[in-house]
Amino acid sequence: MRNYIIKRILLSILILFSVTFIIYAILRCLPASYVETMAMQLSTAPGAKPYDEWIAQLNASYGLDKGILAGYLVWLGDFATGHFGDSWKFTVPVIEKFNDVIWLSFVMGGISFVLQLIIAIPLGIVAATKQYSRADYAITAGALVGISLPTFFFATLLKLVFAVKLQWFDVSGLVGRNYAQLDSWGQFMDKANHLVLPIVTLVIVSVGSLMRYTRTNMLEVLNADYIRTARAKGLSEDKVIYKHAFRNTLIPLVTIVGGSLPGLFSGALITETIFSIPGIGFTSYQAMVIGDIPFSMFYMTFMAVLTLAGNLIADILYAVVDPRVRIA
Amino acid sequence: MSDKKDLNTQNSGVEEQSLSLNDDRRVKTLSPGALVMKRFFRNRLAVIGLVMLAAMFLFSFVGGMISPYRQDEQFYTYTFLEKEYVAVTRNEDFRYVSAEGKEFGSAAQAQFLLAQMTGKEEFTYKDVTYAVAREGEDFYSLSSEGEPVAIAYKDIVNAEDGAEELPFAVKYAALAAYTNGQTGAFSADGKEYELDDAGNIMEGGLVCGYISRFVVQSKENGVVITRDFKEHLEEALDESAQEFIYTGEDGQEHNYTISYDASAKVWSVMQETETYVYDQYSSPAPKHPLGTDTNGMDMLTRLMYGGRVSLIIGFIVVIIETVLGVILGGISGYFGKWVDNLIMRIVDIFYCIPSMPLIIILGAAMDGMRVDPQVRMLYLMLILGFLGWPGIARLVRGQILSLREQEFMTAAEACGISVSRRIFRHLIPNVIPQLIVTCTMSLGSIILTESTLSFLGLGVKFPFASWGNIINDVNNAYVLTNYWFIWIPAGFCILISVLGFNFVGDGLRDAFDPRMKR
Repeated sequence: MRNYIIKRILLSILILFSVTFIIYAILRCLPASYVETMAMQLSTAPGAKPYDEWIAQLNASYGLDKGILAGYLVWLGDFATGHFGDSWKFTVPVIEKFNDVIWLSFVMGGISFVLQLIIAIPLGIVAATKQYSRADYAITAGALVGISLPTFFFATLLKLVFAVKLQWFDVSGLVGRNYAQLDSWGQFMDKANHLVLPIVTLVIVSVGSLMRYTRTNMLEVLNADYIRTARAKGLSEDKVIYKHAFRNTLIPLVTIVGGSLPGLFSGALITETIFSIPGIGFTSYQAMVIGDIPFSMFYMTFMAVLTLAGNLIADILYAVVDPRVRIA
Repeated sequence: MSDKKDLNTQNSGVEEQSLSLNDDRRVKTLSPGALVMKRFFRNRLAVIGLVMLAAMFLFSFVGGMISPYRQDEQFYTYTFLEKEYVAVTRNEDFRYVSAEGKEFGSAAQAQFLLAQMTGKEEFTYKDVTYAVAREGEDFYSLSSEGEPVAIAYKDIVNAEDGAEELPFAVKYAALAAYTNGQTGAFSADGKEYELDDAGNIMEGGLVCGYISRFVVQSKENGVVITRDFKEHLEEALDESAQEFIYTGEDGQEHNYTISYDASAKVWSVMQETETYVYDQYSSPAPKHPLGTDTNGMDMLTRLMYGGRVSLIIGFIVVIIETVLGVILGGISGYFGKWVDNLIMRIVDIFYCIPSMPLIIILGAAMDGMRVDPQVRMLYLMLILGFLGWPGIARLVRGQILSLREQEFMTAAEACGISVSRRIFRHLIPNVIPQLIVTCTMSLGSIILTESTLSFLGLGVKFPFASWGNIINDVNNAYVLTNYWFIWIPAGFCILISVLGFNFVGDGLRDAFDPRMKR
């Protein structure tokens, strides 16, 4: 088991190198218009150096004057030693900005994930136990509608209904107009109020896949021989489903839930952008759109690490949770 | 159940008596394909999905042909715009005119004002003594040593349009008469003039000037305010009317509204003019069933063409994905060993690339490079296809790995069939059911991705329509609130198509996999 984990981690690191190199190469091939604009601005200041000198200096300071491979190695060295550079867009160290915004995304992601579990698992089980019933059709269709909903459209609909027509919530942003005047409880409630619509969007849009996953796995378990045995023994239906079947369904569920845990940090790019919630998604969107290479590199590397970590956790959990799986 | 009955009744006709129980003709055989179809059509959701898809395809492809408009046809309309036409003030300051050859500068004017306010009859400025005489209401004459130097007045003497400026003596005489309320003939400068009630000064029956307290300033460049208009306006002001109608020289009738700003003491007169503009955001009407968008284009037509773009992009991306995925997955699964290892590591790497951020960066870069919208669409498809193949490669590889070990493959190998034939004639056809299901589902998700990108303004660009960039208009809060017909239909189009693909994909999965069926 330990060897397996070590092997997987080493492989993940190798993949991470390749991924970051590809991303770095792509970003480097794009026109670095930001540097040019910045040099232009700096050179127009009174008594400044000419444009050419500025652009050379900026390129050197961002390692853009070297070849792609050499530049990548410089970036990698900096990254490995914890120097993530300064964000061009926010003009603060990348890590500082990241620290500012990541926790909001994590809270948002965490709350919506818990809500998803609470909604999806019971409904998925109901759908599986009453296969081909009205409830099953409704749940399956509902799950598919959720999956098919374009996030931006659904978020806009919610805005129109609850923010514009009913005026229960603000249209966008994390804090209201009179946030500064509120006491600490009021500030907390204000933020919570602004997070309601984004969280609802996240839950509705992503609850479907978990629901379907639960249903499929539950159906598979219900077809297994030991369920037939349990029924043949004369156990009550409740006992069959909640004691025998559900526990076995938990194996894939725990695996997938564990695998999605790192994803809680990845933020919701579209939802945060639409609601202007200053989480990691919205922040990196702003950075990416203007071509802020240090921040984009950091964000994409972070996302790649999260994906790898998710896969790793899922695989390890699968072996840990299911006693039938043994890895040599 | 109903199908079984059908079979029985079909065969229970005339033939039944003549056939024995174990006769082959009694048994209706169905090919595997027909079985799948039967199972598929028994699934209500799948059929609903099929109907939705058919509707969307008809809407986008046939609808675009039927629609009377082109996708980038702009419509115009006449609207009445209120523009500020003139501003009117009532003159409350003294104005001065000095006699020919005399000077009456601003310092002297200030001295006069002081004298006028304190009621003095004369004042001295620069060793010159001026005598102040009140000649009428708000009308003073200034003279030194018996000769008139200047006049100070509040009622303004204007020359008639196109006429010469009136000489000093005429102004003097006319104002003297007007401010004392005397109308009728007067003479000045050796000529005979006449003054009427309205303040017109006539010379030999022709109007050569007029007196008025109002100052009318044109607010538009190049517009000359005619005398006639001023008279109408003054009349309206005297009656303190809110609006009036005036027919200009060109014979066009215009509506004017007057509003008075008490703090600035200005009447501003707004003219309603008919302007030819883009028919922006017009509400749904028979001519435009879903109204028009921000550029004055027919929304329904845009929606149809947008559907075409979205669906075509979906199909092309899926084709790219499938071709890459099947080739690489097939090679990987069939050859195994280091080839498999290499390709699977590449797949792992691609899985790990955060695709949405990458596409956003590329989209922003294309914005910066001002890529042509058509070329851009091509790039978008290539990028989406290139990032999407690993899933299909994994699926194909997994299937082939298990199929490779089955007896029919051993048989194929024993028969000496060539490798490419073994892969493409024997292995791939067995993967096709799963492939179709995955492709159908991923068609939906590609449409979602494309519309999200277009919504962010990083995908399909104007002048091309796509369902996503139609909704992009809601970034304008006013559109979000007031013009539902701009974005709600497009959103439902996306929802219906994606849902259709998902329903059909789900139905196909169940149909291909009889294990899961009742």
